[in-house]
Amino acid sequence: MIIRTFFIALALCWGPAAQALTSAEVQAIVVGDTDARIAALGQAVANADDKTALFIQALVDDAVKVAGDKVLIVRDGKGTDPVTGAEVEVPASVEDVISNNRMRGEFDTALATLRLFSKNAKQRAEAVKTLQGDADESKLAIIEKALAAETVPAIKTQLAMVRAAVLLSSADKARRLTATGILATSGNPEIKTVLLQRQKVEDDAEVKAAIAKALMQVNASLAWGDRIAAIFSGISLGSILLLVALGLAITYGLMGVINMAHGELMMIGAYATYVVQGLFQKYLPGAFDWYLLAAVPVAFMASALMGAALERSVIRFLYGRPLETLLATWGISLMLMQLVRSIFGAQNVGVENPSWMSGGLELMDNLQLPWNRIIIIGFAAAVLLGMAFLIGRTRLGLFVRGVTQNRPIASCMGVNTARIDTYAFALGSGIAGLAGCALSQVGNVGPDLGQGYIVDSFMVVVLGGVGQLAGTVYAALGLGVLNKFLEGWAGAVLAKIAVLVLIIIFIQKRPQGIFAMKGRSAEA
Amino acid sequence: MTEAVSLPQRPAVLTRKGWSAFIVALLVVCALAPLLNLVVPQDSAFHLSDYAVGLLGKIMCYAIVALAIDLIWGYTGILSLGHGVFFALGGYVMGMYLMRQIGRDGNYKSDLPDFMVFLDWKELPWHWALSDSFVATLFLIVAVPGFVAFVFGYFAFRSRIKGVYFSIITQAMTFAAMLLFFRNETGFGGNNGFTDFKRIMGITIATPSMRMVLFVLTGLALLGFYLFGRWLVASKFGRVLQAIRDAETRVMFSGYSPLPYKLTIWVISAIMCGVAGALYVPQVGIINPSEMSPANSIEMAIWAAVGGRATLIGPIIGAFIVNGAKSWLTVSAPEYWLYFLGALFIGVTLFLPNGVVGLVRKLRGKGEAS
Repeated sequence: MIIRTFFIALALCWGPAAQALTSAEVQAIVVGDTDARIAALGQAVANADDKTALFIQALVDDAVKVAGDKVLIVRDGKGTDPVTGAEVEVPASVEDVISNNRMRGEFDTALATLRLFSKNAKQRAEAVKTLQGDADESKLAIIEKALAAETVPAIKTQLAMVRAAVLLSSADKARRLTATGILATSGNPEIKTVLLQRQKVEDDAEVKAAIAKALMQVNASLAWGDRIAAIFSGISLGSILLLVALGLAITYGLMGVINMAHGELMMIGAYATYVVQGLFQKYLPGAFDWYLLAAVPVAFMASALMGAALERSVIRFLYGRPLETLLATWGISLMLMQLVRSIFGAQNVGVENPSWMSGGLELMDNLQLPWNRIIIIGFAAAVLLGMAFLIGRTRLGLFVRGVTQNRPIASCMGVNTARIDTYAFALGSGIAGLAGCALSQVGNVGPDLGQGYIVDSFMVVVLGGVGQLAGTVYAALGLGVLNKFLEGWAGAVLAKIAVLVLIIIFIQKRPQGIFAMKGRSAEA
Repeated sequence: MTEAVSLPQRPAVLTRKGWSAFIVALLVVCALAPLLNLVVPQDSAFHLSDYAVGLLGKIMCYAIVALAIDLIWGYTGILSLGHGVFFALGGYVMGMYLMRQIGRDGNYKSDLPDFMVFLDWKELPWHWALSDSFVATLFLIVAVPGFVAFVFGYFAFRSRIKGVYFSIITQAMTFAAMLLFFRNETGFGGNNGFTDFKRIMGITIATPSMRMVLFVLTGLALLGFYLFGRWLVASKFGRVLQAIRDAETRVMFSGYSPLPYKLTIWVISAIMCGVAGALYVPQVGIINPSEMSPANSIEMAIWAAVGGRATLIGPIIGAFIVNGAKSWLTVSAPEYWLYFLGALFIGVTLFLPNGVVGLVRKLRGKGEAS
């Protein structure tokens, strides 16, 4: 299919001037010393047709074999002649074509050059990307031809960059200057390398000054990309912290239960995702890409049921004794970890991203936002909205708030407080399960998954203030962004220590958190 | 007619029965254990093996920690989840001294400890300045944990952080400290910490008699701290602490400021942990940042809870029960150890709020009543 596209594209571009691949060229590309082969390859690319593309692709795939003086492409045991395209019998003894890494690099570039004329804009864009940084003067004619034929503005700009990068080493000073001017507008790290390389060998003072200026401009736009990337990864970390902390905001913030097993409830959610993935692999391989959609409710239910069971069996007896709750839930967390180890083994298990979550959104040359991170940010926002609705607008939410504020009065009003406690705890646990499901898409899934987050998430809740959803949100995002910024400045470990110290100092000033609850419930 | 206001009699540090038990314990540690280990021949049934000496010595260090936690948690009502830091700090101070004692016998035959040679450092960092003097080390074992505890405690108690908040903040503290000590740049050997000790005060560390000396020292420290604890909780100071535990606001309304009381007991408790850590390191032969992991510190709290809070003998018993079970279970059935520990946490909080000692008292009380 791709090859046919090539053919049409090439036919359009070259018209009658196109020459076919000849067997002499084929021989020259396959046999001989590397320099000669590269020269022959360059010539073949300059006069390329669809067969050339097919042939080079075969070379890349190691499908080209030599039998005596005959060269043929062997795929799935069937031989074809690269020049005529006719099927030929594969001789008994064939030899592989041996290509070193330099040769392979040339093949890739050649293939990319040919793809510049593909009809598919995406393929052209990718071809331009491959050419960035390793195009040389021999490709100039083709690049200019492609530039003239290009209709998509974005690719055209990129292609102009590639051309300028080539021209930068031109013998003509004026051309070098123009090239520098064009390259200055780029924000691509590879262009920076090209400029730096030229700066070393350039001997003309004027061009040298121009390159230095261009480098400054490129650096400036690169710095922007880095800054945005830091903010994004901060928000991404914040969204994960938010997911982790939202569950705690209910169990600790509203109910006052210190649940040290919160991380392990997340782990259960992550393992539930793993199990769902396994089931899809086994029974519904066709719909594998959508396993995650099924995993979300399963993870929620698994953790919520576990949470309800814990509340009924242990935590219910410890209301009003927070220190004892802390120790008991720590015991629960140890047992859950060991349980998972016994069932799934101590090693991490593999949870794959569905295909629609891999890759990323490319905003700038040095700025790519991975889809899985973007989706998790959206997911966190959705969970937050859902929870705000549930707590603020539904009957269950009303009961939960009522029981939190004044248990005896709520009871007098006919609220079954014990049942509400169970529901609320199950809800908080279920949200932990959702967090685990999200985490399984960005990190390792293992028995220790929850341990890494427990300190952070309590910090979020403490910082945000007890009993406050808004505080939790601000604290999570703030901590995430702060952490990532400090990380860029002082390294990951020092950043974490600095954040912890800052929180401890902050708590000194405002023991109630950012958003203190006003009124009677504040002292409770 | 004037009636003298009689203040309640200050209770004795130990009862007559208590003193005799104390003397017995002292004799066991100082005379019987060395005798059984060093004099009784190895094939005798009464021989105390080197392994048992090491294990008991280690557990006695833990018992000191449990005692320290009991003073702050059981008697003052402040649950610290960060005592592992103080324990490790004491251990690190001792470890630095032991590292310097290696001298040029390390793998790289250098004056610097091996890990510094490995990191290509040319001279000792400033915080190692005093580490070659044993006297300075003894001072620092007390001063470093005490100072850290003082600074942390001052800020925490001054802003009246209490209850669970305090517990969580101490947990964050130990977590931060662990991350800090994991770094090579901090100058404490990073991941690997300190190990391969050779000598202490110029004497080879691995001989049976040296082990026995350390064992006896640990035992004496434990018994000493126990007596100190008894004296402390019976004193006026100790009574204020218990009042703070039971009703802090009332204590404030009675004209006491809780801050100096809390801070003092907090620092004392930290120093006890530091001493325990310093005794622990030469006996087990290694100290690394994992001693500061939050999980370790929580486990320390459960020793006190199992034995029984607010009874000084309880935490010591608890440390022996839990760690004895640990060293037995992690060898015979490693996969069940966490189940056991988890169940212990849950069981003790749900069914044994006063720990083993509370259970025994209850049973005895029932027996006497019937």
